[in-house]
Amino acid sequence: MSSNDSYWRANLRLMAICLTIWFIVSFLFGIILVEPLNEIRLGGYKLGFWFAQQGSIYTFVALIFFYSWRMNKLDQKYNVHER
Amino acid sequence: MDLKTMTYIVVFATFALYFGIAWWARAATTSDFYVANKGVHPILNGMATGADWMSAASFISMAGLIAFLGYGGSVFLMGWTGGYVLLAMLLAPYLRKYGKFTVPEFIGDRFYSKTARIVAVACLIIASLTYVIGQMKGIGVAFSRFLEVKFALGLGIGMFVVWVYAVLGGMKGITYTQIAQYCVLIFAYTVPAVFISLHLTGNPIPQIGLGSKMADGSNMYLLDKLDMIVTDLGFKEYTTAVLGSKLNMFAYTMSLMIGTAGLPHVIMRFFTVPSVKAARSSAGWALVFIALLYTVAPAVGAMARLNLIHTIQPEAGQNLAYEARPDWFKNWETTGLLKFEDKNGDGKIQYVADKETNEMVKVDRDIMVLANPEIANLPNWVIALVAAGGLAAALSTAAGLLLAISSSISHDLMKGVFTPSISERGELMASRIVMTLAILVAGYLGLNPPGFAAGTVALAFGLAASSIFPALMMGIFSKKITAKAAIAGMIAGIGVTLLYVFQHHGIMFIKGTEFLGNMPKNWFLGIDPKAFGAVGAIVNFAVAFLVEMVSSERPPAHIQHMVEDIRIPAGAGEARGH
Repeated sequence: MSSNDSYWRANLRLMAICLTIWFIVSFLFGIILVEPLNEIRLGGYKLGFWFAQQGSIYTFVALIFFYSWRMNKLDQKYNVHER
Repeated sequence: MDLKTMTYIVVFATFALYFGIAWWARAATTSDFYVANKGVHPILNGMATGADWMSAASFISMAGLIAFLGYGGSVFLMGWTGGYVLLAMLLAPYLRKYGKFTVPEFIGDRFYSKTARIVAVACLIIASLTYVIGQMKGIGVAFSRFLEVKFALGLGIGMFVVWVYAVLGGMKGITYTQIAQYCVLIFAYTVPAVFISLHLTGNPIPQIGLGSKMADGSNMYLLDKLDMIVTDLGFKEYTTAVLGSKLNMFAYTMSLMIGTAGLPHVIMRFFTVPSVKAARSSAGWALVFIALLYTVAPAVGAMARLNLIHTIQPEAGQNLAYEARPDWFKNWETTGLLKFEDKNGDGKIQYVADKETNEMVKVDRDIMVLANPEIANLPNWVIALVAAGGLAAALSTAAGLLLAISSSISHDLMKGVFTPSISERGELMASRIVMTLAILVAGYLGLNPPGFAAGTVALAFGLAASSIFPALMMGIFSKKITAKAAIAGMIAGIGVTLLYVFQHHGIMFIKGTEFLGNMPKNWFLGIDPKAFGAVGAIVNFAVAFLVEMVSSERPPAHIQHMVEDIRIPAGAGEARGH
């Protein structure tokens, strides 16, 4: 059971990292810090506006695949993968 | 060929395609009917989820909302995509591991309580019915505008199409038609966007075009030009206009995100993949397919706003004569969605922010996507395609919602609680009958919307966010939450959200019964009722933990083992007894 417990703890740790990034790109960059970020330009985009309407979405996609890839490794490592 | 004939051909060709798929993928067993026999490839499921998810609201309304809200419209973009991160990490893999047919079934088993299951069914039906009304309205609008048939007849045709493939094929039929519908809708959405982006900025990729310079030789960035034009007319600056307050935007985004993760018709899609591993990656694929539309939408919104203003005011200070208005203007005037009133009697159109002098007394936000190809002078086949795309978006979402509703009644209420002795054949028949009834109810409500249909879709998210998402999360992440705690949480969460919505929009949305008035100044901390699901979710969690703390009760040992079991992927492959 302890192996399953450490698998679960590793999963929670990974989840915490991913959800922190999830929060930073959307709520922090897209809403809370939007004005200071808008001072920086990305081509025609103000950076805060870009995060709110483009960047956060790209990051979400990358996050899910990253989580999925890391979890597959964890599944193997703790030998809890599907057969 | 004229536009109407072309539209008929394109729309009915897509319907024929859906029927063909439905016949090929008809359901023979309850497992086919509820979860497509758990055999859908994760990429295909991602595509089906995209169509399931992107409704008439995403396809028709969202870009229009963004066009008029500017930066404030970001809540929809982040909210309706960020939920998939939550779904992929917090819910989908574990619910897939559990491997049953419906969301209330998991809640009933995890909280070892038929009452919990029934409460979950009630929450599911409230959220899904709210959502499906909007789809039915979308179908009616698309038909009446493009095929020039009466709203009721259009709605009837739409109901019939859904009935054929959803009742025949259940989840299996719905899955494969949704894949086709995804292809139709994404093509219909991006083609006009590419043309318009190319026309305005010289760059065919709308996501890059939005951040590029104008191709008109002014050497100005598109967004800067838009900011300048709208502020000249007295509107708020496009790229910085906040929706209400930042707290409201925060709550709104959060509410849409957790609502997305808690909507049963979306969660159900992840029951159809073969493994836990596939459930995780499928959520990623779903978001890829959704992001294709969602990253184009802000470009469509900004460019449509620019084109609209440019039509009315070709040069600064120079206004279009009403008599010289283009054909699309006249077409939309006859639908009542566009209205002009010559207030100063000069025969010219003044479109400004000031309500006293503004002569465009009505510019319905929904027309932005639908009229976009016409405003940009695109060929007829593109316009016909947009009609088919709008219908595909509305039909695919309606079918998913109707399946969620009917399976919760036939599988959870009938098989699970009231008539457990029903045979598989009997249950399959029952689910088809319930689906038929659900379509009729949805059609009736679409025809006689309870007066609030416009804003309903966002409400459905608040309801799902405040009831189903917290219950599922606590069921997976805590071994201690008891039946009583979960039930109290769900009822408190959805109760608080409904109360808040009712006090601002009227009890059961009946005008005149609202006791606080729908005025922003009466909003709690300035939070829009549509954004209140986030607060409802917090109430749900808080009440559940409080009840859990004060009672000394613990869930039985087999439930704690069950929670440990769903946390590891091993063993998901084999079929489980139902």
